[in-house]
Amino acid sequence: MYSEKVMEHFSNPRNVGEIENASGVGTVGNAKCGDIMRIYLDINNGGIIQDVKFKTFGCGAAVATSSMATELVKGKNVKEALQVTNKAVMEALDGLPAVKVHCSLLAEEAIHAALWDYATKNNIVIEGLDKPKSDISEGEAEEIY
Amino acid sequence: MEKKIYLDNAATTKTRPAVVEAMLPYFTESFGNPSSVYELATQNKKAIDEARGIIAEALGAEISDIYFTAGGTESDNWALKATAEAYASKGNHIITSKIEHHAVLHSCEYLEKHGIEVSYIDVDENGIIKLEELKKAIRPTTILISVMFANNEIGTIQPIKEIGEIAKANQILFHTDAVQAFGQLAINVSELNIDMLSASGHKLNGPKGIGFLYIRKGLKLRSFIHGGAQERHRRAGTENVPGIVGFGKAVEIAMETMEERQKKEVELRDKLLKRVLKEVPYVRLNGHRTKRLPNNANFSFQFIEGESLLIMLDMQNICASSGSACTSGSLDPSHVLLAIGLPHEIAHGSLRLTLCEDNTEEEMDYVVDRIKEIVEKLRSMSPLYEDFVKSNRK
Repeated sequence: MYSEKVMEHFSNPRNVGEIENASGVGTVGNAKCGDIMRIYLDINNGGIIQDVKFKTFGCGAAVATSSMATELVKGKNVKEALQVTNKAVMEALDGLPAVKVHCSLLAEEAIHAALWDYATKNNIVIEGLDKPKSDISEGEAEEIY
Repeated sequence: MEKKIYLDNAATTKTRPAVVEAMLPYFTESFGNPSSVYELATQNKKAIDEARGIIAEALGAEISDIYFTAGGTESDNWALKATAEAYASKGNHIITSKIEHHAVLHSCEYLEKHGIEVSYIDVDENGIIKLEELKKAIRPTTILISVMFANNEIGTIQPIKEIGEIAKANQILFHTDAVQAFGQLAINVSELNIDMLSASGHKLNGPKGIGFLYIRKGLKLRSFIHGGAQERHRRAGTENVPGIVGFGKAVEIAMETMEERQKKEVELRDKLLKRVLKEVPYVRLNGHRTKRLPNNANFSFQFIEGESLLIMLDMQNICASSGSACTSGSLDPSHVLLAIGLPHEIAHGSLRLTLCEDNTEEEMDYVVDRIKEIVEKLRSMSPLYEDFVKSNRK
């Protein structure tokens, strides 16, 4: 059901963990639907994401998309990180089954939520970043595909 | 372990070699259509009736009351839809439980779109139907009570005798989906006042694609599949002779070995239960501790999600299943786990292990050891566990 890439990231997820005193933390999803993602960002004074960690409660795709999303934003600046879309995460994983596309949306949203937290804490405005939804609802997830 | 450890016998079972052997001639030399007149065909008619006889005896039923179908799902569909149609003049109300298989629940939902009213009775925290609620649901227009013999997910065995008595006292027909129970538990349709019973071949080491519906003599149920005159005009279509013969053989073996198997499976299962409940923190057993199928164990592990658990078990050569949303193909976890009162996040972390007599103690130990490692690994990645640990520290 999953691509080799997804299985590989699920088996050996990158960047699992927490960052103490993180520059930004974002948690999205809800336990009711079975997916929760939390992303920690460590952003230096130059606006570069020098470290990123995640924790995820969810299925194989949820873990793999979290892992891939952290890989894609690591070392990037805030603006570049904002360009990491769910599509980019999916492509990097060689695709996801249709019923799992919402996991990639959740990963994108988790990054945005962490960036929003960083922006709020530092009283800055990140262009193009809206206040993230705390949850990806069932209806929205279905509309995408 | 190199070998696959198969713990998903509630999903399907391995066809016994003796069953396959019994079936083989009916694919090749004895291929005749049982409805034809020549010997090549009529001997197949005999083979079908032999299998029918074995099944009837296993249930304490009349041989002419067993009707072969393509499986448990067809049997359930037939029982519900044909009863609704045949007894429309008496009423339009059906009573069932909230934890039925989808073959029953979705048939009920279909019937609701066609003027039938359905009451879905609650179950208690162990998954046992609330009999008082069932009694209260009875109306003058109630034509059928359909309650499963034993649940496919949590293994809970229902008070079938009591339900049969209630149905009889109120002159309501009683159907039971015994797909999980037939061949695992002793069932006597007369003693239990069962009017209709659905069963399937592949759940008891028989072939897939074959099932039956027991219909007590005198019921007005008509054909659901229209065509030829097979199965006493009640189920058209050329008989699945190899399937029927294999089903018969599987039932014969299942009845002969039932007690022995129950004993062995309960022993293995209880060993598994004890170790998991003792050695894994934040776990619960779903379903009744003793009123459950001998081979069924169903756990919920807090803070983790079932599909991840299944994939990791598969990597360790362990085949199991879960009631999490991701495995149900929807965003909601199992309706059974929700019906016994589990919150969504606990229901998502469920694991069903269903054994067979071939499993060993060594396998149980291996499985528990892997479960412990995997649950720990998944919890170390879980934000829910992180929050739980942090809130405990405060």
